[in-house]
Amino acid sequence: MNTTIMLFLLQDGITNGAIYALLGLALVLVFAVTRVILIPQGEFVTYGALTYASLAAGQMPGTAKLALALGIGAFAFDLFVARKALHGRLVVRSLITNVVLPAIVLALTIYFAAQKPPVAVCIALSLVIVAMIGLYLYRIAFQPLAHTSVLVLLIASVGVHLALQGLGLLFFGAEGQRGPAVLSGAFTAGALRFTGQSITVYAITIAFIVGLWLFFGLTLYGKALRATAVNRLGARLAGIRTTLSGQIAFLLASVIGALSGIMIVPITTLYYDSGFLIGLKGFVAAIIGGLVSYPLTAVAALVVGIVEAFSSFYASNYKEVIVFMLLIPVLLLRSLAAPAVEEEKD
Amino acid sequence: MQSRLPIIVFALVMAAIPHLPGMPPFWIVLLDNIGLAALVAMGLVLLTGVGGLTSFGQAAFVGFGAYTTAVLTTSYGLSPWLTLPLSLVVSGSLAVLLGLITVRLSGHYLPLGTLAWGLGLFYLFSKLEFLGRNDGISAIPPLSVGSFKMLSPGSIYYAIWVAVIISALLTMNLLDSRTGRAIRALRRGHVAAEAFGVHTPRAKLLVFIHAAVLAGLSGWLYAHLQRAVNPTPFGAQAGIEYLFIAVVGGAGYVWGGVLGAAIVVVLKEVLQSYLPLILPGSGQVETIVFGIMLVALLQLAPGGLWPWLMSFLPERTGGRKPDTSLKLEQRPRSPGQSSILLQVEKARKQFGGVVAVNNVSFDVQAREIVALIGPNGAGKSTTFNLITGVLSATSGSISVLGRKVDKAPPQEIVKLGISRTFQHVKLVPDMTVLENVAIGAHLRGHAGPIASMLRLDRADEAKLLAEAARQIERVGLTEQMHQLAGSLSLGQQRIVEIARALCVDPMLLLLDEPAAGLRHMEKQQLAKLLRDLRDGGMSVLLVEHDMGFVMNLADRIVVLDFGTKIAEGTPATIKTNPEVIKAYLGVAA
Repeated sequence: MNTTIMLFLLQDGITNGAIYALLGLALVLVFAVTRVILIPQGEFVTYGALTYASLAAGQMPGTAKLALALGIGAFAFDLFVARKALHGRLVVRSLITNVVLPAIVLALTIYFAAQKPPVAVCIALSLVIVAMIGLYLYRIAFQPLAHTSVLVLLIASVGVHLALQGLGLLFFGAEGQRGPAVLSGAFTAGALRFTGQSITVYAITIAFIVGLWLFFGLTLYGKALRATAVNRLGARLAGIRTTLSGQIAFLLASVIGALSGIMIVPITTLYYDSGFLIGLKGFVAAIIGGLVSYPLTAVAALVVGIVEAFSSFYASNYKEVIVFMLLIPVLLLRSLAAPAVEEEKD
Repeated sequence: MQSRLPIIVFALVMAAIPHLPGMPPFWIVLLDNIGLAALVAMGLVLLTGVGGLTSFGQAAFVGFGAYTTAVLTTSYGLSPWLTLPLSLVVSGSLAVLLGLITVRLSGHYLPLGTLAWGLGLFYLFSKLEFLGRNDGISAIPPLSVGSFKMLSPGSIYYAIWVAVIISALLTMNLLDSRTGRAIRALRRGHVAAEAFGVHTPRAKLLVFIHAAVLAGLSGWLYAHLQRAVNPTPFGAQAGIEYLFIAVVGGAGYVWGGVLGAAIVVVLKEVLQSYLPLILPGSGQVETIVFGIMLVALLQLAPGGLWPWLMSFLPERTGGRKPDTSLKLEQRPRSPGQSSILLQVEKARKQFGGVVAVNNVSFDVQAREIVALIGPNGAGKSTTFNLITGVLSATSGSISVLGRKVDKAPPQEIVKLGISRTFQHVKLVPDMTVLENVAIGAHLRGHAGPIASMLRLDRADEAKLLAEAARQIERVGLTEQMHQLAGSLSLGQQRIVEIARALCVDPMLLLLDEPAAGLRHMEKQQLAKLLRDLRDGGMSVLLVEHDMGFVMNLADRIVVLDFGTKIAEGTPATIKTNPEVIKAYLGVAA
């Protein structure tokens, strides 16, 4: 085989793998903290990407309105839950985070969308919009179910995925979109051409992995999240608000999803339903990492990306088959190595 | 056990529906689809709701069933009736293959693993030449009986619903049997079930195959209803949809699967046909509303709709008391070479750097009550786990009747006549006391899953239940026999565990803190029971913290402290042993 082709495929694989790594990390994070298998992760990707692309093209993205609608819903849920003991501070705080904030962002989006804003503004707005959607979704769909089984949470997650995908079609239409490169320009090293975009992908992925590592290792919130992941009841007894942990996890996951989307959309055309498959490949990486290990997930994601790149070159028809079947040997190994531990399920 | 009347009524109603005057043909199509989905959901009920194994991959098994008949009838001209068993065999054997890989996965690996191979297989369906790639296979012959061809949705309707009702009956029969109890115990972890001889990986594989065969049946019917197949209905989305059909209906209930199928199919249809009238012009509104309704439904009834509906019916209390005159043959006794039942020699267990059990040696003779005591963390329960094969010793040896059993799994230990209870009660809370206790007699029954489905197991089953009822009577819980185990007090649950252990017909009974949570009178009754058992020829090894109880009951006492044996002797000598007093009370009291 040709070395140039190999290097090229490798580079392509690593770029995709980096994105899968980010998504895999987010999935591991959300699952560990909330026990939700976050199927809508893919929608965070497409929402981020398409919001960014729409803004850059000077169009008004529907996601900003969705954020406000969900925020109003979250506010209503807050009021309903606290209906027996409503006091002013609580209402005002909930009103500000759930209604005023998305309203301001909506106003800004309308203002900027009319005048083709610079790339940085597009990125910032897209991230904030999707982050809010993630946060409010947790409040509306998952927080009321926090006590139920993983299976029920999973089905709720599917419901959210379906709803968001449908909304995606409504907001962005059936046509795919591409966005402008986050960083234009390119340089060549030997036979390889590095675009500004791929460099951005690497840099952001590494920054995020290091950032998450620092967050979990050094900050109090990070430690609280880890404590929740290990033992919910114990964490609550230690005074950690598990809903807060859930909110942080969803916030991080939606930001990571949106960011991944913004990084991919200049490279690949994304459609409203592209997110599902991209998210699933993140899943594959997360499973290989055992849903617990961040570094292993990151490495697995790179493998997934590379395998995908090579199989799309040699057997493009079977690309997806190969990627998903990659799991079987991994699962086999895991079953053989599985310790015989007792699990008590609720 | 269950009343057949509602099922007969249901069958008659379903049979009458197509003959109702003015029945829109479209409704029949809907009912066909409900039946097809119900078959798959029923398998998932057993797999996920009862067995605790979540699978996203069921759509792939539907695909196996559909493609098998499609290929064989179109390319090879086989009769559809001939391909029915073949479709089932193909889905079943692929389930064995995939199941061997996946069912051993624990917790969240399993659903994700099934999702992955579900997706992989979907892409395989759409890429393979002989399956017609994305276009699939068309011109599949209809089902026919003699010259009657089931061309219309109305004629295949009967085939579908006969399949649904028969499958439901078989599935319910299976659940209400020896094998069924083993399956129902799976969800609560495997240690308790294995302690009574249940081979849990095999039980898991069994439900996996059952679910896959039902899915294959649905696929076979689907292929002959549509008379064409393509990969779309066998993808990940469909796999997910089957799962939420089961969850919405009530994942632990066979009829919940049927109800869930009806709700989801009708809801989707209503949304697709009426929503555009309310909100015209917009694309996928029905998906959005469907997703939102799904979440709302789960928030309102997280357990599913079937149990929610059933809670309105008057509760049926009490079942029939089994006929206790039926006798179960005794477990064959191995000829005792020695009077020493159990010999523990220098048993040692290390967890990393921690030595939980440190070269402990003791024995249990025939007709003897031995107590294992010691402060918390002394290694008593670990010793129990070593003896019963839950853990294997780091070094040293354990022999039963002179035979070494160091590496034997729990299923083998119980066969030797050693049964146990657990420090933390391990009963299945949503099964009755009788059913829980009957798990103890698992190894003394012989009926397999097929016999259970066909109700050929009744003689065997009646004996098992009679034995369980006898042991329940023996421990004095006859009143509670038909109550759910989870509704009993903790002390009573411990007694249920003893009855379950007695069902093994053991020669040695291992009791882990049997008196904890009992009142004074109950403790006296328990002591009397244990003495009676000893006088009847059984030996008892027990861990207990209640010193009064132990001192009055035990023939011999072994004292552990920090994993090491510090004393052994009669109650009288132990009471005055300075080492023991030091261990319990600190330096010389």
